Amino acid sequence: MSVGDTSGTAAPPARPSEMATTHARHSSGLSANEKRNLAVCAVIFAMVATLPMMSDGYWLSIGVSIAMYTVLATSWMLFSGPTNYISLGTAAFFGIGMYVVAGGIDVLPYPALVLLAGIAGAVFAAIVGLATLRIAGVYFVIFTLGMAELIRQIVSWGQAKMGSQAGLYVLTGMSDAALYWLLLSLAALVFLVGWWIGRSRLGFALRIIGNDEVVAVHSGINTARAKVILFVISSAFASVTGAFVAPRYSYVEPTIAFSPFISFQVVIMALLGGVHRLWGPLVGVIPFTLLWELINASFPRQTTLLLGVAFLLIVYLIPHGVVGLVEDLLRQRNLALGRLVEMMRGRKNDNG
Amino acid sequence: MDRRTFVKGTAVIAGVSSLPRVSFGQAAPAKIGVVGPKTGPLAGGAAVTHFPNFKLWAKEINDRGGLKLKGGQRKIELIEYDDRTQPGECIKAVERLATVDKADFIMAPYATGFNLAAAPIFDKYKYPQVAQAAVTDKMDELTKKYSGLFFVQGSTSAYATTAINVLKKLKDEGKIGNKVAVVNVADTFGIELANAGRPLFKTAGFDIVYDTSYPLGTQDLAPVIKAAKAANPDAFVAWSYPPDTFGLAEQAKIEGLNVKAYYSAVATAFPAFKAKFGAAAENVLGAGGVKDTPELRKFYKDLKDATNVDGDYWGNPVYYSMLQMIEQAIVDVGSFDLPAITKQLKAKTYKTLIGDMDVRTQKLTWLWTVGQWQGDLFHGVAGVGVSGAKPVQLKTGWA
Amino acid sequence: MQPGAAVMDILIIGLLLGGTYALMAMGLQLQYGVARIMNLANGEILVAAAFGTFWFFTATKVSPFVSLIGIVPLAFALNWAVYRVLILPLVRRAKNQGQLDVDSILATFGISFIFIGILLHVFGGDYLSYSYLARPYVIFGENYGLNRIAAFLGSAAICIGLYVWLHRTRAGLTLRAVAVNPSAAGLVSIDVERVSALAFALGGAVTAAGGTLLSMFLTFDASLGVLFTLKALVIVIMGGVSEIRGAIIASFILGLAETAVAILVDPGLTLAAAYVLFLAILLLRPEGLFGRRV
Repeated sequence: MSVGDTSGTAAPPARPSEMATTHARHSSGLSANEKRNLAVCAVIFAMVATLPMMSDGYWLSIGVSIAMYTVLATSWMLFSGPTNYISLGTAAFFGIGMYVVAGGIDVLPYPALVLLAGIAGAVFAAIVGLATLRIAGVYFVIFTLGMAELIRQIVSWGQAKMGSQAGLYVLTGMSDAALYWLLLSLAALVFLVGWWIGRSRLGFALRIIGNDEVVAVHSGINTARAKVILFVISSAFASVTGAFVAPRYSYVEPTIAFSPFISFQVVIMALLGGVHRLWGPLVGVIPFTLLWELINASFPRQTTLLLGVAFLLIVYLIPHGVVGLVEDLLRQRNLALGRLVEMMRGRKNDNG
Repeated sequence: MDRRTFVKGTAVIAGVSSLPRVSFGQAAPAKIGVVGPKTGPLAGGAAVTHFPNFKLWAKEINDRGGLKLKGGQRKIELIEYDDRTQPGECIKAVERLATVDKADFIMAPYATGFNLAAAPIFDKYKYPQVAQAAVTDKMDELTKKYSGLFFVQGSTSAYATTAINVLKKLKDEGKIGNKVAVVNVADTFGIELANAGRPLFKTAGFDIVYDTSYPLGTQDLAPVIKAAKAANPDAFVAWSYPPDTFGLAEQAKIEGLNVKAYYSAVATAFPAFKAKFGAAAENVLGAGGVKDTPELRKFYKDLKDATNVDGDYWGNPVYYSMLQMIEQAIVDVGSFDLPAITKQLKAKTYKTLIGDMDVRTQKLTWLWTVGQWQGDLFHGVAGVGVSGAKPVQLKTGWA
Repeated sequence: MQPGAAVMDILIIGLLLGGTYALMAMGLQLQYGVARIMNLANGEILVAAAFGTFWFFTATKVSPFVSLIGIVPLAFALNWAVYRVLILPLVRRAKNQGQLDVDSILATFGISFIFIGILLHVFGGDYLSYSYLARPYVIFGENYGLNRIAAFLGSAAICIGLYVWLHRTRAGLTLRAVAVNPSAAGLVSIDVERVSALAFALGGAVTAAGGTLLSMFLTFDASLGVLFTLKALVIVIMGGVSEIRGAIIASFILGLAETAVAILVDPGLTLAAAYVLFLAILLLRPEGLFGRRV
């Protein structure tokens, strides 16, 4: 990966050992700490994967929701977290994935369609990414929103013109358990990719871009390439998610597949969690989904109103996202522990 | 909120609705689950066509003292969830009703896509799903797949065919010419109807002089109506959705699109349509239609009294009749034995508000599909297997 | 259709539609351009005003224009309160504009839910629509809706009024100063918080006036607000956030372009064309039509 390569020459794909030059994180092997973290993650993943065995009903459907938004929000954050470019285009890629499946389900086998969806999303993201390089800030936010709406318009116009039912029904009978495992595996992949990016020069380059794009350019980082690559990776995941979910919905409509709500929900969950840690969106998605469920179940007549109130409270009371909250708590715990240790030491000294 | 309250809160999710909601000493009310969009793009339609029927039905049963079942009378308690017009939410809500609330019966969600998305879950827990707001051409495939799935709202092609037949009859009688302008909203139902209709118009001997789609959410339909008018059609057909059904009619009135037959699909049957256009709505054709009976008039009055909603002249009476059918099947079985109810639904013909309902083939055998505003009512003028249709009147301007 | 008639139609229908869009967008322009709040609850204010007008008109049969007397000040007060109570704490704690954008997206998303909840509670979820001035008005032998023309005139009056107020008065000057550079405005003893609250409240009032005027020919339901918010966002960004002129001109460009596509190409592609135009403009001018390079 030559992104961020200061020499500017196209380096061959580097082995980890060759990447251990510019940044402390680029250590050649895994540190003991990292190995431990990976092992912990693997165990958690295995535990979470047993959910369909415990409940094949309500909790599984919540699990599917959480897994889906975890993939979408985490992959969104892969691009938007380090670069600070907020994209409202998730629905475009999600919808593309859905429509690839809906359009091809009578022609191609499903796994091929999933692959195709990923490729379609990636290609489209590359085009959009290259086109939007000059656009920043709020202009980028609304550009991506407009792009998603444009795709929806073109798809529904095409459907109206085509004169067949193509692209409406996806009747495969995939079970929620299967979908859950698919989404969970995808989530694991997103985390692995995110973790790998964090260790790579690409991630390093992105962090510099996020801090100050001008500095990044001056230090010879190919910011354009870094941004586009990340956008492509992030978007391909959204398209694959759409392809996974299409059989669950059975009936694919432009208003559902390209719903701006998807884009907003993804952004909001990720922001609630926090976008500067890989696990940030996850701790946004889980409480958000559960809280939403709690309100929906307890106050079915006032859901919308109370959701709004709950939302405001979260924004005011958790100013730095759930990540900030958790880190604060950890810091306090460490502080307390430190104090405890000091106290013990003091007592020992007194005794001694 | 700190994490601890949150954990506590999530534990409450599972617990809260399983708490008994009535005092002991009488049979606990039967829990009937209702899922539908209270917010999101479909909420406007569901607020009229979906939710009020259940409320009226439950009220009437409870006023009578409850459902007469084997173990005595049981009142009804509705548990309503908002699916926010998102299939994922709809699936979750049905799962919740089935596994957490342990609902005795679950009503079908609102709109085709949602009925299909929820079908596997209804099937998994053996709940019959009597889909009231699903209009699809895949009925045969779907009913074969799900033995508990029933359709009472007809197929897309039935709506297209009957509407076009109404026009064909007028043409064959020499009342209108053969030129028709067709427009459709570029969204699922509109697309499906337009695609089903195109060949049918041709075989019926019509010349489609104007054919276009317009996007959902179009703010100004003047160009559409102007172009349709410029094509000088004898009939105008719009495979349209609620906001634009209103917009098209207003523009047609302003533009003076004085066709002798004017048809717009969804929401023409809404009282809001009549309320907005008054006398100008006279003789407008649309999807739906009812047969005028004293019982039906009483139904609309009861609905208004119980829910403060003016029912539409398409879905509401069918919904209510479907509820009567379900109620009888439950009472026949004598309990909420779900497979037995499914079987019972297929066992006989049910007397209901709109007439005899027969869903032995998992599809209602007859249905009003074309209605026309004549006076204060949207009368059925054509349908599948219906009798007593009012003669179609020609539209004479928008005065 | 004669070519000349087509051009006339495009011009007139396009201008009427542009006026409609300007009503949706001007309020948000003030809220984002001056107060720097990306207000996702803007569309709900529009819907609420439309509902209020519906209620007023069906109850009294008095012209919707009269309802402006009540609705506009009410919307102003409500938005003022929203800004002072709910938004200002976020403004004060934000370290930079990026942080404020994130916080205001989250907060106003919540506020929009609260508004929808209240609207559902008060008016129900049904479609609401009434007929007012739904008569043809003939211009050069072609019919146009009198209600749209009336709304257009209202829109034009608001556009001109705002423009003149912003450019000819001292209060307007302070708003423009804050729009261009809040920190510099603070240095020349402009009370930025006060001016922002004023802009936010004014934006809400303009949006509400838009809702009243649009209710004369559009059909609304409680969940429809998001559509107006999205359209307004696109227009404001297309125009370049810092000037009301940008939003107004972008509205008319979109209105004319959509109508031209509808009449000359295919009504099915109007919104697609609008988004193509929007994306193209951003690609050519990344800060919108009237934006400045920062």
